[in-house]
Amino acid sequence: MKLNTWVKLTTLAIAAVAMVGCSKPKDDENNVSVDDESSISGAGSYSSFTGGEMTAEEAETLRQQRVFYFAYDSSTLPPEDLRAIEAHAYYLVHHPNARVRVEGHTDSRGSREYNIALGERRAQAVARVLYLAGVENHQVAVVSYGAEKPAVQGMNEEAWRYNRRAEIVYEAE
Amino acid sequence: MLKRLISLFLLCYLPASFAYLEIEITQGVDSAIPVAVVPFAGTESLPKDLNVSDIIQNDLRRSGEFKIFSEKDMAQKPSDSNEVEFAYWRNLSQEALVIGEVLPMAGNRYQVKFSLYDLFTQAGTANPSPILVREFVIDAKQLRHLAHHISDLIYEKLTGFPGAFSTRIAYVALSWNNGKPGQYRLDVADADGFNPQTILRSNEPIMSPTWSPDGKQLAYVSFEKHRAQIYIADVATGQRKLVSSAPGINGAPAFSPDGRKLALVLSHANVPKIFILDLSNDKLTQVTQGSSIDTEPFWLDANHLIFTSNRSGQPQIYKVNLNNKKVDRMTFTGEYNARASVTPNGEYMVMIHGNKGRYHIAAQNLRNNHILILTQTSMDESPSLAPNGRMIIYGTVNKNKRVLSAVSIDGRVKLLIPTQEGDVQEPAWSPKLM
Repeated sequence: MKLNTWVKLTTLAIAAVAMVGCSKPKDDENNVSVDDESSISGAGSYSSFTGGEMTAEEAETLRQQRVFYFAYDSSTLPPEDLRAIEAHAYYLVHHPNARVRVEGHTDSRGSREYNIALGERRAQAVARVLYLAGVENHQVAVVSYGAEKPAVQGMNEEAWRYNRRAEIVYEAE
Repeated sequence: MLKRLISLFLLCYLPASFAYLEIEITQGVDSAIPVAVVPFAGTESLPKDLNVSDIIQNDLRRSGEFKIFSEKDMAQKPSDSNEVEFAYWRNLSQEALVIGEVLPMAGNRYQVKFSLYDLFTQAGTANPSPILVREFVIDAKQLRHLAHHISDLIYEKLTGFPGAFSTRIAYVALSWNNGKPGQYRLDVADADGFNPQTILRSNEPIMSPTWSPDGKQLAYVSFEKHRAQIYIADVATGQRKLVSSAPGINGAPAFSPDGRKLALVLSHANVPKIFILDLSNDKLTQVTQGSSIDTEPFWLDANHLIFTSNRSGQPQIYKVNLNNKKVDRMTFTGEYNARASVTPNGEYMVMIHGNKGRYHIAAQNLRNNHILILTQTSMDESPSLAPNGRMIIYGTVNKNKRVLSAVSIDGRVKLLIPTQEGDVQEPAWSPKLM
């Protein structure tokens, strides 16, 4: 497989990747909160990236990012995360037996069941990018955990920022 | 306002694996009825957890509607009507008096008798007759549940509302492991926190416990397969059956009043909508349509559901007629109203009411749609009504932990149920079990 060349990357590059993978969620004030309709139209901006070339090495580097953060009450992906999701798409297209679970999560405020619905929108925003890049439906499972599986313990803004997220989890790689 | 802090250490001897539940009355009613429950004759030889009159005292105190006269201050402890000196209790300003006895019988059985006297409305009568007298013969292991039943009878006689002491609470407990979610448990305990039992343990989330109308089954959502799935479990045995495992959301189960159907939320077409599953033949019917989020169905009666929907932009409560699918909006006050349920008399709708990121429990009077915010805490969730509609148990945050709390439908009585470790969340109050 062509992709295995990535292991030759320098340790420096790997360190850089690690930093991307751990990128912090953006502050709320930097993201505009949007309603349901604009979150759907937000996926349209993806098309501007589809023309972009991606090499196996680039894909493998970008693919290290598996967590994507969202603003409060928003299911719009930050544009800078789209390349990383596209990299997962690259991998899935080239590995038809690979499967991912896209998990949607919210912070813990409000109704649990309503948060399940909001979490699903976040997972769907990521899944939509995968589908548009040619990933087969059966390779992707969208699962919303709502507020039930926080990444970070705590009842404060800092914890909530890390908990409003979508995660790509490989069920078969 | 009268503020009281009474700690009732009910369950100190429970196995360490169970959170022991302690109930604090953080706010009682100014007009609480003074009641004397005289220790029943024969209880001194019983183990503490089977002390019938103790259990009755705790039940009545926990309702917040009664002020229980201290046993220590009783100079007289009658157990038979012939021994009661009514003037003594009247001088102590007691408005009701309970006396009784527990008599051991052959075969580890007991005879339990009690009498309730009304000293308030019968103030002019020197030697009033009891307004309630009952006698039971039961097994030793039933003593605790019988005490709750007696509390129910006394409560109903004195307030006019059925008691809700013969009930249980289901809830989800979460232990943390180095700042990450550890184990999730679905537990069921008696309404006084006694005898918690685990129905399910999982390393993945468990949510949405909901009781069947007969109190024998619990439906819940489990993520143990890394997907949302709805199960129905037999409460007594824990034996369960998978009832929904569609792609996407399988959530918010709610049994119909006859127990034959389950309303639930599925997101077949990428948007959560309300469906009804006929449990006898697995037939699935879609109830709501469109592109909005619809969730949290609650059965108003056999033909109407209320639910949460963001069809107007933000979550609000709507009602749907199952026959003609007509939808009416129910809430107009506040930017966020969710997870609604209605008292059995149809008078109040209880829900999560949010404004500017603060979420309280509120009750909407369905006659005039006036909303009363019942809680001051800001992360309140999962309100669940007692079967008599008098109290609401809900999840909140106290000292950075998720805990259960309860508030009366008029907001006057407040209880806190702190836990020793981990989070306790998503309570569901059972129907009357006796």
